[in-house]
Amino acid sequence: MAYSDKVIDHYSNPRNVGTLDKSKKSVGTGLVGAPECGDVMRLQIEVDENHMITDAKFKTFGCGSAIASSSLATEWLKGKSIDDALTIDNMDIVEELALPPVKIHCSVLAEDAIKSAINDYRVKNGMEAIELEKSHH
Amino acid sequence: MLKTPIYLDNNATTPMDPRVLEAMLPYFTEKFGNAASRNHPFGWVAEEGVDYAREQVAKLIGATEKEIIFTSGATESDNLAIKGVYEMYKDKGNHIITLTTEHKAVLDACKHLEKLGANITYLDVESDGLVDLNKLEAAMTDQTILVAIMYANNEIGVIQPVKEISAIAHKYGALYFTDAVQAVGKIPVDVIADGIDLLALSAHKMYGPKGVGALYVRRKNPRVKVTSQMDGGGHERGMRSGTLNVPGIVGLGKACELCYNEMAEEAVRLSALRDKLESSLTVLEESYVNGNANHRLPHTANISFKYVEGEGLMMAMKDMAVSSGSACTSASLEPSYVLKSLGLSDDLAHSSIRFGLGRFSTEEEVDFAIENTMKAVNHLRELSPLWEMFKEGIDLDSIEWAEH
Repeated sequence: MAYSDKVIDHYSNPRNVGTLDKSKKSVGTGLVGAPECGDVMRLQIEVDENHMITDAKFKTFGCGSAIASSSLATEWLKGKSIDDALTIDNMDIVEELALPPVKIHCSVLAEDAIKSAINDYRVKNGMEAIELEKSHH
Repeated sequence: MLKTPIYLDNNATTPMDPRVLEAMLPYFTEKFGNAASRNHPFGWVAEEGVDYAREQVAKLIGATEKEIIFTSGATESDNLAIKGVYEMYKDKGNHIITLTTEHKAVLDACKHLEKLGANITYLDVESDGLVDLNKLEAAMTDQTILVAIMYANNEIGVIQPVKEISAIAHKYGALYFTDAVQAVGKIPVDVIADGIDLLALSAHKMYGPKGVGALYVRRKNPRVKVTSQMDGGGHERGMRSGTLNVPGIVGLGKACELCYNEMAEEAVRLSALRDKLESSLTVLEESYVNGNANHRLPHTANISFKYVEGEGLMMAMKDMAVSSGSACTSASLEPSYVLKSLGLSDDLAHSSIRFGLGRFSTEEEVDFAIENTMKAVNHLRELSPLWEMFKEGIDLDSIEWAEH
Protein backbone atom coordinates (compact mmCIF):
# COMPACT_ATOMS: atom_id res chain seq x y z
CA MET A 1 0.00 0.00 0.00
CA ALA A 2 1.46 3.35 -0.96
CA TYR A 3 1.04 6.43 1.18
CA SER A 4 -0.39 9.66 -0.21
CA ASP A 5 1.97 12.57 -0.79
CA LYS A 6 0.31 14.52 2.01
CA VAL A 7 0.82 11.71 4.52
CA ILE A 8 4.45 11.45 3.49
CA ASP A 9 4.87 15.22 3.77
CA HIS A 10 3.43 15.38 7.31
CA TYR A 11 5.28 12.24 8.30
CA SER A 12 8.63 13.45 7.00
CA ASN A 13 8.24 17.04 8.21
CA PRO A 14 5.86 16.79 11.12
CA ARG A 15 4.51 20.18 12.22
CA ASN A 16 4.36 21.24 15.85
CA VAL A 17 6.08 18.31 17.51
CA GLY A 18 6.62 18.94 21.16
CA THR A 19 5.34 19.37 24.66
CA LEU A 20 3.48 22.19 26.40
CA ASP A 21 3.47 22.62 30.16
CA LYS A 22 0.43 20.63 31.13
CA SER A 23 0.34 22.15 34.61
CA LYS A 24 -0.54 25.55 33.13
CA LYS A 25 -4.18 26.51 33.34
CA SER A 26 -4.11 27.75 29.77
CA VAL A 27 -2.99 24.36 28.41
CA GLY A 28 -5.34 21.52 27.57
CA THR A 29 -3.93 18.01 27.09
CA GLY A 30 -5.53 15.04 25.36
CA LEU A 31 -3.92 11.59 25.58
CA VAL A 32 -5.80 8.95 23.61
CA GLY A 33 -5.25 5.44 22.27
CA ALA A 34 -3.33 2.61 23.88
CA PRO A 35 0.14 1.11 23.38
CA GLU A 36 -1.42 -2.35 22.94
CA CYS A 37 -3.35 -1.06 19.94
CA GLY A 38 -0.25 0.42 18.37
CA ASP A 39 -1.50 4.03 18.54
CA VAL A 40 -1.11 6.65 21.24
CA MET A 41 -1.62 10.36 20.51
CA ARG A 42 -0.93 13.23 22.83
CA LEU A 43 -2.28 16.55 21.62
CA GLN A 44 -1.94 19.80 23.54
CA ILE A 45 -3.41 23.23 23.00
CA GLU A 46 -2.57 26.59 24.53
CA VAL A 47 -5.58 28.88 24.76
CA ASP A 48 -5.74 32.66 25.37
CA GLU A 49 -8.30 34.58 27.42
CA ASN A 50 -10.59 34.89 24.39
CA HIS A 51 -10.69 31.09 24.06
CA MET A 52 -8.54 31.23 20.94
CA ILE A 53 -6.00 28.49 20.38
CA THR A 54 -2.61 30.16 20.11
CA ASP A 55 -0.42 27.09 20.03
CA ALA A 56 -0.77 23.34 19.51
CA LYS A 57 1.74 20.53 19.94
CA PHE A 58 1.66 16.79 19.49
CA LYS A 59 3.57 13.59 20.03
CA THR A 60 2.34 10.33 18.53
CA PHE A 61 3.28 6.66 18.81
CA GLY A 62 1.84 5.01 15.75
CA CYS A 63 2.00 4.41 12.04
CA GLY A 64 2.70 7.06 9.44
CA SER A 65 -0.99 7.89 9.02
CA ALA A 66 -1.43 8.39 12.76
CA ILE A 67 1.54 10.74 12.88
CA ALA A 68 0.28 12.64 9.83
CA SER A 69 -3.25 12.90 11.25
CA SER A 70 -2.04 14.44 14.48
CA SER A 71 0.40 16.74 12.71
CA LEU A 72 -2.41 17.99 10.48
CA ALA A 73 -4.70 18.42 13.49
CA THR A 74 -2.22 20.77 15.19
CA GLU A 75 -2.03 22.88 12.03
CA TRP A 76 -5.80 23.18 11.86
CA LEU A 77 -6.17 23.97 15.56
CA LYS A 78 -3.93 27.01 15.65
CA GLY A 79 -5.92 30.21 15.34
CA LYS A 80 -9.29 28.56 15.90
CA SER A 81 -11.55 29.23 18.87
CA ILE A 82 -12.13 26.21 21.09
CA ASP A 83 -15.73 26.11 19.87
CA ASP A 84 -14.72 26.12 16.20
CA ALA A 85 -12.10 23.48 16.90
CA LEU A 86 -14.86 21.13 18.00
CA THR A 87 -16.25 21.14 14.48
CA ILE A 88 -13.16 19.38 13.08
CA ASP A 89 -14.45 16.01 11.93
CA ASN A 90 -12.35 12.93 11.40
CA MET A 91 -13.64 12.65 7.84
CA ASP A 92 -12.08 16.06 7.06
CA ILE A 93 -8.73 14.53 8.01
CA VAL A 94 -9.42 11.41 5.94
CA GLU A 95 -10.17 13.60 2.94
CA GLU A 96 -7.24 15.96 3.35
CA LEU A 97 -4.71 13.12 3.78
CA ALA A 98 -6.46 10.70 1.38
CA LEU A 99 -6.39 7.97 4.02
CA PRO A 100 -7.45 4.50 2.88
CA PRO A 101 -10.25 2.70 4.77
CA VAL A 102 -7.84 0.71 6.99
CA LYS A 103 -6.40 3.99 8.26
CA ILE A 104 -9.65 5.73 9.14
CA HIS A 105 -9.12 4.83 12.79
CA CYS A 106 -6.06 7.12 12.79
CA SER A 107 -8.28 10.10 11.94
CA VAL A 108 -10.81 9.04 14.56
CA LEU A 109 -8.07 9.02 17.13
CA ALA A 110 -6.98 12.52 16.08
CA GLU A 111 -10.55 13.80 16.46
CA ASP A 112 -10.75 12.18 19.90
CA ALA A 113 -7.45 13.80 20.86
CA ILE A 114 -8.72 17.25 19.83
CA LYS A 115 -11.92 16.87 21.87
CA SER A 116 -10.11 15.43 24.82
CA ALA A 117 -7.61 18.33 24.85
CA ILE A 118 -10.43 20.88 24.64
CA ASN A 119 -12.28 19.18 27.46
CA ASP A 120 -9.19 19.17 29.63
CA TYR A 121 -8.88 22.91 29.07
CA ARG A 122 -12.60 23.51 29.72
CA VAL A 123 -12.65 21.59 32.99
CA LYS A 124 -9.47 23.30 34.17
CA ASN A 125 -11.12 26.66 33.55
CA GLY A 126 -14.42 25.98 35.22
CA MET A 127 -16.42 25.10 32.14
CA GLU A 128 -18.49 22.00 31.68
CA ALA A 129 -16.96 19.13 29.72
CA ILE A 130 -18.50 18.49 26.32
CA GLU A 131 -20.12 15.13 26.00
CA LEU A 132 -17.97 13.05 23.67
CA GLU A 133 -19.83 10.82 21.32
CA LYS A 134 -18.37 7.34 21.63
CA SER A 135 -18.30 6.69 17.95
CA HIS A 136 -16.55 4.64 15.32
CA HIS A 137 -14.57 2.35 17.62
CA MET B 1 28.05 2.47 -5.06
CA LEU B 2 25.16 1.23 -2.99
CA LYS B 3 22.01 0.57 -4.98
CA THR B 4 18.80 1.48 -3.14
CA PRO B 5 16.29 0.42 -2.05
CA ILE B 6 18.07 -2.47 -0.39
CA TYR B 7 16.25 -5.74 0.14
CA LEU B 8 16.31 -7.21 3.65
CA ASP B 9 13.12 -9.24 3.54
CA ASN B 10 14.52 -12.57 2.39
CA ASN B 11 12.22 -14.54 4.71
CA ALA B 12 9.30 -13.31 2.63
CA THR B 13 10.85 -14.19 -0.69
CA THR B 14 14.26 -14.24 -2.31
CA PRO B 15 15.41 -12.91 -5.65
CA MET B 16 16.04 -15.69 -8.13
CA ASP B 17 19.66 -16.65 -8.65
CA PRO B 18 20.61 -15.91 -12.29
CA ARG B 19 22.03 -19.45 -12.54
CA VAL B 20 18.56 -20.80 -11.74
CA LEU B 21 16.98 -18.69 -14.44
CA GLU B 22 19.56 -19.92 -16.93
CA ALA B 23 18.74 -23.53 -16.12
CA MET B 24 15.01 -22.88 -16.54
CA LEU B 25 14.98 -20.94 -19.81
CA PRO B 26 15.22 -23.82 -22.31
CA TYR B 27 12.21 -25.48 -20.67
CA PHE B 28 9.92 -22.61 -21.66
CA THR B 29 10.76 -22.83 -25.36
CA GLU B 30 12.61 -25.66 -27.08
CA LYS B 31 12.13 -28.16 -24.23
CA PHE B 32 8.46 -27.36 -23.76
CA GLY B 33 7.13 -30.93 -23.70
CA ASN B 34 4.68 -32.42 -21.25
CA ALA B 35 6.64 -34.59 -18.85
CA ALA B 36 3.77 -37.08 -18.92
CA SER B 37 4.00 -37.56 -22.72
CA ARG B 38 5.59 -40.97 -22.82
CA ASN B 39 5.50 -41.53 -26.57
CA HIS B 40 7.75 -38.88 -28.11
CA PRO B 41 11.05 -37.14 -27.52
CA PHE B 42 9.43 -33.86 -26.44
CA GLY B 43 7.96 -35.61 -23.44
CA TRP B 44 11.14 -37.55 -22.72
CA VAL B 45 13.27 -34.41 -22.66
CA ALA B 46 10.88 -32.72 -20.24
CA GLU B 47 10.75 -35.83 -18.09
CA GLU B 48 14.54 -35.98 -17.99
CA GLY B 49 14.60 -32.41 -16.66
CA VAL B 50 12.06 -33.30 -13.99
CA ASP B 51 13.90 -36.48 -13.00
CA TYR B 52 17.15 -34.61 -12.62
CA ALA B 53 15.46 -31.95 -10.50
CA ARG B 54 13.96 -34.66 -8.31
CA GLU B 55 17.48 -35.94 -7.63
CA GLN B 56 18.74 -32.42 -6.84
CA VAL B 57 15.91 -31.78 -4.37
CA ALA B 58 16.27 -35.22 -2.76
CA LYS B 59 20.02 -34.78 -2.31
CA LEU B 60 19.61 -31.50 -0.43
CA ILE B 61 17.42 -33.08 2.25
CA GLY B 62 18.92 -36.58 2.33
CA ALA B 63 15.95 -38.26 0.66
CA THR B 64 15.59 -40.48 -2.40
CA GLU B 65 14.09 -39.12 -5.60
CA LYS B 66 10.95 -41.27 -5.39
CA GLU B 67 10.05 -39.52 -2.15
CA ILE B 68 9.72 -36.07 -3.73
CA ILE B 69 6.24 -34.87 -4.79
CA PHE B 70 6.27 -31.62 -6.74
CA THR B 71 3.59 -29.08 -5.84
CA SER B 72 2.72 -25.45 -6.50
CA GLY B 73 4.50 -24.32 -3.35
CA ALA B 74 4.69 -24.78 0.38
CA THR B 75 1.09 -23.81 1.08
CA GLU B 76 -0.03 -26.69 -1.11
CA SER B 77 2.56 -29.00 0.44
CA ASP B 78 1.35 -28.09 3.94
CA ASN B 79 -2.25 -28.75 2.95
CA LEU B 80 -1.43 -32.02 1.21
CA ALA B 81 0.59 -33.28 4.16
CA ILE B 82 -1.91 -32.41 6.88
CA LYS B 83 -5.19 -33.09 5.12
CA GLY B 84 -3.70 -36.05 3.22
CA VAL B 85 -2.40 -37.73 6.38
CA TYR B 86 -5.67 -37.10 8.20
CA GLU B 87 -7.73 -38.65 5.42
CA MET B 88 -5.38 -41.61 5.08
CA TYR B 89 -4.99 -42.38 8.79
CA LYS B 90 -8.15 -41.11 10.45
CA ASP B 91 -9.30 -44.66 11.22
CA LYS B 92 -6.21 -44.96 13.38
CA GLY B 93 -6.88 -41.76 15.32
CA ASN B 94 -8.08 -38.20 14.92
CA HIS B 95 -5.56 -36.24 16.98
CA ILE B 96 -2.99 -33.82 15.51
CA ILE B 97 -0.52 -31.71 17.50
CA THR B 98 0.86 -28.45 16.15
CA LEU B 99 2.19 -25.11 17.44
CA THR B 100 0.53 -21.72 17.81
CA THR B 101 3.52 -20.21 15.95
CA GLU B 102 3.08 -22.27 12.78
CA HIS B 103 2.51 -20.68 9.39
CA LYS B 104 -1.13 -19.93 8.56
CA ALA B 105 -1.11 -22.65 5.90
CA VAL B 106 -0.58 -25.21 8.66
CA LEU B 107 -2.91 -23.60 11.19
CA ASP B 108 -5.73 -23.10 8.73
CA ALA B 109 -5.41 -26.63 7.33
CA CYS B 110 -5.74 -27.87 10.93
CA LYS B 111 -8.75 -25.63 11.51
CA HIS B 112 -10.35 -27.06 8.39
CA LEU B 113 -9.87 -30.58 9.74
CA GLU B 114 -11.39 -29.60 13.09
CA LYS B 115 -14.64 -29.02 11.25
CA LEU B 116 -14.39 -32.56 9.87
CA GLY B 117 -13.98 -34.08 13.32
CA ALA B 118 -10.25 -33.84 13.96
CA ASN B 119 -9.02 -33.05 17.44
CA ILE B 120 -6.18 -30.52 17.21
CA THR B 121 -3.83 -29.48 20.00
CA TYR B 122 -2.21 -26.08 19.45
CA LEU B 123 0.81 -26.07 21.74
CA ASP B 124 2.16 -22.77 23.02
CA VAL B 125 5.88 -22.16 22.72
CA GLU B 126 8.22 -20.93 25.42
CA SER B 127 9.28 -17.27 25.59
CA ASP B 128 12.28 -18.04 23.35
CA GLY B 129 10.02 -19.50 20.65
CA LEU B 130 10.98 -23.14 21.19
CA VAL B 131 8.57 -25.96 21.98
CA ASP B 132 8.84 -27.52 25.43
CA LEU B 133 9.43 -31.21 24.72
CA ASN B 134 7.83 -32.26 27.99
CA LYS B 135 4.66 -30.43 27.04
CA LEU B 136 4.75 -32.08 23.63
CA GLU B 137 5.09 -35.53 25.16
CA ALA B 138 2.33 -34.80 27.66
CA ALA B 139 0.02 -33.89 24.78
CA MET B 140 0.58 -37.18 22.91
CA THR B 141 -2.26 -39.71 23.10
CA ASP B 142 -2.97 -43.07 21.51
CA GLN B 143 -5.17 -41.14 19.08
CA THR B 144 -2.32 -38.92 17.87
CA ILE B 145 -1.60 -39.59 14.20
CA LEU B 146 0.47 -36.54 13.32
CA VAL B 147 2.80 -34.02 14.89
CA ALA B 148 3.11 -30.92 12.67
CA ILE B 149 5.92 -28.69 13.92
CA MET B 150 7.88 -26.36 11.70
CA TYR B 151 11.63 -26.64 11.28
CA ALA B 152 12.40 -22.93 11.61
CA ASN B 153 10.05 -20.04 12.24
CA ASN B 154 9.45 -17.48 9.52
CA GLU B 155 9.19 -14.44 11.80
CA ILE B 156 11.88 -15.01 14.40
CA GLY B 157 13.99 -17.73 12.77
CA VAL B 158 14.19 -20.05 15.79
CA ILE B 159 15.00 -23.66 14.94
CA GLN B 160 12.93 -26.29 16.72
CA PRO B 161 14.58 -29.44 18.16
CA VAL B 162 13.33 -31.60 15.29
CA LYS B 163 15.27 -34.77 16.20
CA GLU B 164 13.75 -34.81 19.67
CA ILE B 165 10.32 -33.94 18.33
CA SER B 166 10.35 -36.77 15.79
CA ALA B 167 11.52 -39.22 18.47
CA ILE B 168 8.56 -38.32 20.66
CA ALA B 169 6.13 -38.56 17.73
CA HIS B 170 7.44 -41.99 16.75
CA LYS B 171 7.43 -43.26 20.33
CA TYR B 172 3.65 -42.81 20.28
CA GLY B 173 3.20 -44.17 16.78
CA ALA B 174 2.52 -40.81 15.17
CA LEU B 175 4.04 -39.38 12.00
CA TYR B 176 6.15 -36.24 12.02
CA PHE B 177 5.54 -33.52 9.43
CA THR B 178 7.65 -30.39 9.29
CA ASP B 179 7.13 -27.18 7.34
CA ALA B 180 10.80 -26.59 6.52
CA VAL B 181 10.36 -23.68 4.13
CA GLN B 182 12.68 -21.36 6.04
CA ALA B 183 15.27 -24.01 6.86
CA VAL B 184 15.90 -25.98 3.67
CA GLY B 185 18.78 -24.50 1.74
CA LYS B 186 19.88 -22.38 4.70
CA ILE B 187 20.94 -24.99 7.24
CA PRO B 188 21.60 -28.75 6.92
CA VAL B 189 18.33 -30.68 6.87
CA ASP B 190 18.45 -34.47 6.71
CA VAL B 191 15.17 -36.37 6.74
CA ILE B 192 16.85 -39.58 7.91
CA ALA B 193 18.95 -38.12 10.72
CA ASP B 194 16.10 -35.80 11.74
CA GLY B 195 13.47 -38.57 11.67
CA ILE B 196 11.14 -36.62 9.38
CA ASP B 197 8.23 -38.42 7.70
CA LEU B 198 6.88 -35.53 5.65
CA LEU B 199 8.51 -32.20 4.82
CA ALA B 200 7.33 -29.13 2.93
CA LEU B 201 9.70 -26.87 1.01
CA SER B 202 9.40 -23.96 -1.39
CA ALA B 203 11.60 -22.77 -4.27
CA HIS B 204 11.18 -19.03 -3.90
CA LYS B 205 12.59 -18.94 -0.38
CA MET B 206 15.89 -20.33 -1.66
CA TYR B 207 16.59 -18.27 -4.76
CA GLY B 208 14.31 -20.29 -7.03
CA PRO B 209 11.10 -19.33 -8.82
CA LYS B 210 7.71 -18.68 -7.22
CA GLY B 211 4.88 -21.11 -7.75
CA VAL B 212 6.76 -24.35 -7.19
CA GLY B 213 7.59 -26.42 -4.14
CA ALA B 214 7.72 -30.00 -2.99
CA LEU B 215 6.50 -32.38 -0.36
CA TYR B 216 8.82 -35.11 0.86
CA VAL B 217 6.88 -38.26 1.68
CA ARG B 218 8.87 -41.06 3.32
CA ARG B 219 8.85 -44.41 1.48
CA LYS B 220 10.59 -46.67 4.01
CA ASN B 221 10.44 -47.14 7.80
CA PRO B 222 7.60 -46.37 7.68
CA ARG B 223 6.07 -46.13 4.22
CA VAL B 224 3.91 -43.03 4.47
CA LYS B 225 0.88 -42.37 2.30
CA VAL B 226 -1.23 -39.29 1.84
CA THR B 227 -4.62 -39.04 0.20
CA SER B 228 -4.37 -36.75 -2.80
CA GLN B 229 -6.09 -33.40 -2.51
CA MET B 230 -6.05 -32.77 -6.25
CA ASP B 231 -7.65 -35.43 -8.41
CA GLY B 232 -6.91 -35.98 -12.07
CA GLY B 233 -4.32 -37.71 -14.18
CA GLY B 234 -2.58 -39.47 -11.31
CA HIS B 235 0.73 -37.61 -11.57
CA GLU B 236 3.32 -37.74 -8.79
CA ARG B 237 2.53 -41.34 -7.85
CA GLY B 238 -1.14 -40.45 -7.54
CA MET B 239 -0.57 -37.99 -4.72
CA ARG B 240 -0.75 -34.80 -6.78
CA SER B 241 -2.41 -34.71 -10.17
CA GLY B 242 -1.78 -31.91 -12.62
CA THR B 243 0.62 -31.37 -15.52
CA LEU B 244 4.04 -30.78 -14.06
CA ASN B 245 5.40 -27.23 -14.03
CA VAL B 246 8.57 -28.34 -15.80
CA PRO B 247 10.47 -25.02 -15.92
CA GLY B 248 9.57 -24.32 -12.30
CA ILE B 249 10.62 -27.79 -11.21
CA VAL B 250 13.91 -27.50 -13.09
CA GLY B 251 14.43 -24.17 -11.32
CA LEU B 252 13.66 -25.67 -7.92
CA GLY B 253 16.18 -28.44 -8.64
CA LYS B 254 18.89 -25.99 -9.65
CA ALA B 255 18.16 -23.82 -6.59
CA CYS B 256 18.57 -26.90 -4.37
CA GLU B 257 21.84 -27.84 -6.03
CA LEU B 258 23.25 -24.34 -5.49
CA CYS B 259 22.18 -24.37 -1.84
CA TYR B 260 23.70 -27.81 -1.36
CA ASN B 261 27.03 -26.55 -2.68
CA GLU B 262 27.06 -23.12 -1.12
CA MET B 263 24.95 -22.97 2.03
CA ALA B 264 27.69 -23.84 4.51
CA GLU B 265 29.84 -20.95 3.40
CA GLU B 266 26.84 -18.68 2.98
CA ALA B 267 25.63 -19.37 6.53
CA VAL B 268 28.99 -18.34 7.99
CA ARG B 269 28.99 -15.11 6.02
CA LEU B 270 25.36 -14.25 6.76
CA SER B 271 25.48 -15.02 10.46
CA ALA B 272 28.48 -12.70 10.79
CA LEU B 273 26.51 -9.94 9.05
CA ARG B 274 23.42 -10.70 11.12
CA ASP B 275 25.46 -10.53 14.34
CA LYS B 276 26.91 -7.21 13.27
CA LEU B 277 23.43 -5.86 12.55
CA GLU B 278 22.07 -7.12 15.83
CA SER B 279 24.90 -6.00 18.08
CA SER B 280 24.92 -2.55 16.46
CA LEU B 281 21.19 -2.04 16.78
CA THR B 282 20.84 -3.33 20.33
CA VAL B 283 23.15 -0.51 21.38
CA LEU B 284 19.95 1.51 21.18
CA GLU B 285 18.24 1.74 24.56
CA GLU B 286 15.18 -0.45 25.07
CA SER B 287 15.76 -2.70 22.08
CA TYR B 288 15.27 -6.43 22.37
CA VAL B 289 16.10 -9.41 20.17
CA ASN B 290 13.14 -11.78 19.86
CA GLY B 291 13.60 -15.55 19.87
CA ASN B 292 16.24 -17.95 21.11
CA ALA B 293 19.68 -16.57 20.26
CA ASN B 294 21.42 -19.95 19.93
CA HIS B 295 18.93 -22.05 17.98
CA ARG B 296 18.27 -19.80 15.10
CA LEU B 297 18.66 -19.36 11.34
CA PRO B 298 21.87 -17.61 10.33
CA HIS B 299 20.21 -14.87 8.31
CA THR B 300 17.23 -13.70 10.37
CA ALA B 301 17.03 -11.06 13.10
CA ASN B 302 13.85 -9.88 14.79
CA ILE B 303 14.23 -6.86 17.02
CA SER B 304 11.69 -4.83 19.01
CA PHE B 305 12.40 -1.14 19.46
CA LYS B 306 10.25 -0.19 22.41
CA TYR B 307 8.12 2.97 22.28
CA VAL B 308 8.08 3.19 18.48
CA GLU B 309 5.48 1.55 16.27
CA GLY B 310 6.72 -0.86 13.61
CA GLU B 311 4.86 0.41 10.60
CA GLY B 312 5.72 4.01 11.34
CA LEU B 313 9.30 2.88 11.79
CA MET B 314 9.41 1.06 8.45
CA MET B 315 8.21 4.23 6.79
CA ALA B 316 11.14 6.10 8.33
CA MET B 317 13.63 3.40 7.32
CA LYS B 318 13.81 4.85 3.84
CA ASP B 319 15.25 2.91 0.95
CA MET B 320 15.16 -0.43 2.68
CA ALA B 321 12.67 -3.29 2.64
CA VAL B 322 12.04 -5.13 5.92
CA SER B 323 8.89 -6.38 7.61
CA SER B 324 7.18 -5.73 10.92
CA GLY B 325 5.11 -7.63 13.44
CA SER B 326 2.90 -4.61 13.62
CA ALA B 327 -0.31 -5.22 11.75
CA CYS B 328 -1.47 -1.68 11.44
CA THR B 329 -2.49 -2.32 7.86
CA SER B 330 -4.49 -5.46 8.51
CA ALA B 331 -8.18 -5.14 9.16
CA SER B 332 -7.87 -6.77 12.57
CA LEU B 333 -5.15 -4.38 13.79
CA GLU B 334 -3.76 -7.36 15.68
CA PRO B 335 0.00 -7.55 16.00
CA SER B 336 1.94 -10.69 15.05
CA TYR B 337 0.44 -13.84 16.58
CA VAL B 338 3.90 -15.40 16.56
CA LEU B 339 5.39 -12.69 18.75
CA LYS B 340 2.34 -12.77 21.01
CA SER B 341 2.84 -16.53 21.39
CA LEU B 342 6.27 -15.79 22.86
CA GLY B 343 4.46 -13.86 25.56
CA LEU B 344 5.55 -10.52 24.14
CA SER B 345 3.23 -7.72 25.18
CA ASP B 346 1.23 -6.20 22.34
CA ASP B 347 3.20 -2.97 22.43
CA LEU B 348 6.50 -4.83 21.95
CA ALA B 349 4.98 -6.89 19.16
CA HIS B 350 3.84 -3.68 17.46
CA SER B 351 7.42 -2.39 17.78
CA SER B 352 9.17 -5.28 16.05
CA ILE B 353 11.14 -5.34 12.82
CA ARG B 354 12.31 -8.45 10.99
CA PHE B 355 15.57 -8.20 9.06
CA GLY B 356 16.05 -11.06 6.60
CA LEU B 357 19.48 -11.26 4.99
CA GLY B 358 20.13 -13.30 1.89
CA ARG B 359 22.62 -14.57 -0.67
CA PHE B 360 22.93 -11.18 -2.30
CA SER B 361 23.16 -9.08 0.88
CA THR B 362 26.44 -7.21 1.26
CA GLU B 363 28.26 -5.72 4.23
CA GLU B 364 27.75 -2.30 2.69
CA GLU B 365 24.00 -2.88 2.75
CA VAL B 366 24.10 -4.01 6.37
CA ASP B 367 26.04 -0.89 7.34
CA PHE B 368 23.47 1.21 5.52
CA ALA B 369 20.67 -0.64 7.32
CA ILE B 370 22.26 -0.07 10.72
CA GLU B 371 22.71 3.66 10.20
CA ASN B 372 19.29 4.08 8.65
CA THR B 373 17.50 2.11 11.36
CA MET B 374 19.20 3.95 14.19
CA LYS B 375 18.28 7.27 12.65
CA ALA B 376 14.68 6.17 12.19
CA VAL B 377 14.30 4.86 15.73
CA ASN B 378 15.75 8.01 17.22
CA HIS B 379 13.56 10.21 15.00
CA LEU B 380 10.39 8.36 15.95
CA ARG B 381 11.24 8.35 19.62
CA GLU B 382 11.45 12.13 19.43
CA LEU B 383 7.85 11.99 18.22
CA SER B 384 6.72 9.36 20.72
CA PRO B 385 4.75 10.39 23.81
CA LEU B 386 5.53 6.97 25.29
CA TRP B 387 9.27 7.52 24.97
CA GLU B 388 8.89 10.90 26.69
CA MET B 389 6.93 9.30 29.53
CA PHE B 390 9.49 6.51 29.83
CA LYS B 391 12.26 9.10 30.02
CA GLU B 392 10.34 10.95 32.74
CA GLY B 393 10.12 7.72 34.71
CA ILE B 394 6.37 7.32 34.32
CA ASP B 395 5.21 3.71 34.56
CA LEU B 396 3.14 3.21 31.41
CA ASP B 397 1.28 0.34 33.03
CA SER B 398 -0.04 2.73 35.67
CA ILE B 399 -1.95 4.69 33.03
CA GLU B 400 -5.51 3.79 32.22
CA TRP B 401 -5.42 3.63 28.45
CA ALA B 402 -8.62 3.98 26.51
CA GLU B 403 -8.67 0.80 24.43
CA HIS B 404 -10.11 1.55 21.06
